[in-house]
Amino acid sequence: MKKEYIKIKDYAGIFAENKDKAKELRISKITPALSNRKMLVLDFDGVSGATQSFVHALISEPIRQFQNLALDNLEYKNCSEIVKEIIKTVYDYMQESLDDK
Amino acid sequence: MKVKLSTSDYLRNSDRFIDGLDFSDPKRLIIYSHPKWLNVHPAILTLLASMALKAGKENVKFDNLTALSGAYLDRMGLFNFVSEESPYNINKKEESGRFIPLTIIKNSIEQSKFITDMIPLLHLPVGQTDVIKYTVGELIRNVLEHSQSRDGAIVAAQYYKKSNTIRLGICDNGIGIKKSMQKHWQSRTKTDLDAIKWALVPGISGTTSREGGTEDNAGAGLFFIKSIAQIARNYFMIYSGSGVYRLLLHDKRVKNPRLHSNPDDDRHSDRNDAPHFNGTLVAIDLSLETKTEFTSLLSVIRDVYGSAIRERKKRKYKEPKFV
Repeated sequence: MKKEYIKIKDYAGIFAENKDKAKELRISKITPALSNRKMLVLDFDGVSGATQSFVHALISEPIRQFQNLALDNLEYKNCSEIVKEIIKTVYDYMQESLDDK
Repeated sequence: MKVKLSTSDYLRNSDRFIDGLDFSDPKRLIIYSHPKWLNVHPAILTLLASMALKAGKENVKFDNLTALSGAYLDRMGLFNFVSEESPYNINKKEESGRFIPLTIIKNSIEQSKFITDMIPLLHLPVGQTDVIKYTVGELIRNVLEHSQSRDGAIVAAQYYKKSNTIRLGICDNGIGIKKSMQKHWQSRTKTDLDAIKWALVPGISGTTSREGGTEDNAGAGLFFIKSIAQIARNYFMIYSGSGVYRLLLHDKRVKNPRLHSNPDDDRHSDRNDAPHFNGTLVAIDLSLETKTEFTSLLSVIRDVYGSAIRERKKRKYKEPKFV
């Protein structure tokens, strides 16, 4: 399957903390791609770090909405260790919340 | 309103400063100063600026501002918030200090610009910038999202060479934490102190009564900041309404302090009888001495956050009915 790529740095800069940008990306790119069952790669090249609230605003709703499809079709590339930790945190608590359903 | 500045207004003895505050008569502010020496935490400067904004430039007066070290107030930009002329003659072009003067941030674009610009001002080495960016980013965002302050967030920071610490303050003239939390958590936020503590619990957001938050808020921000402060053995204080919660330093010999999801379980001091401040002040000292990498710190916080959510969920599970 052909993958779509999103360069996070182009939207959020070298430190991803602007939740408005995260929300914009989620609504304009991530949700439509997952609605069409596409594979999506979030490329964090050049992003040194991110806040938990940025990553939450970016991917929590797609995970809640699309569940396994989001977990299977979203990929993360060129993540710094900090970005990896934050994404893992959001994955952990979002999957906990999916267990409620 | 009245403020008394002394020779040692640090976070470890913030109670003395807080006790000297008087928020009555919001149309007038008098700043009393120790005549010989002033030593002011940047968080106190942000509070002064917020009070000056409330009173209006013309209605702020200094009393006894004679200490030479008072030039710091000028250097940090406090005289931009008052109409009185500075008695100090500082050459701003020669400044080489590592500080961020009082800055007002009103939206996310200004926030991003501020976070990009602040690192060169503090002259920090590359490895130490992410924790500062993270802390400032989350705290400013909290103000912009929850405080409803027309004046935005007021921020200031200073690097202290001797202690290798960044001291940081963020203040707003908004509705305060209690009002912000009460829409969804009335029974949990009867007092200002209750509200501060509830806001520190992981998974609790003022924007929803659902534990775990919404698509835009997870309710993790303040818990992360408190945890960062705790692991790195830093002071952290929140003052809102009449409530003050102050994280105290753990014993130096404890290499890996335990993080707690319940702020009552942390080594802290608190009070609910402080002079009533309508907005919110957050102060933090970030030590750059810490040997813990920011990544490992985040990993520890992730574990505690996850187990806190799991434990709270378990408490909600229904027991089987054995008849």
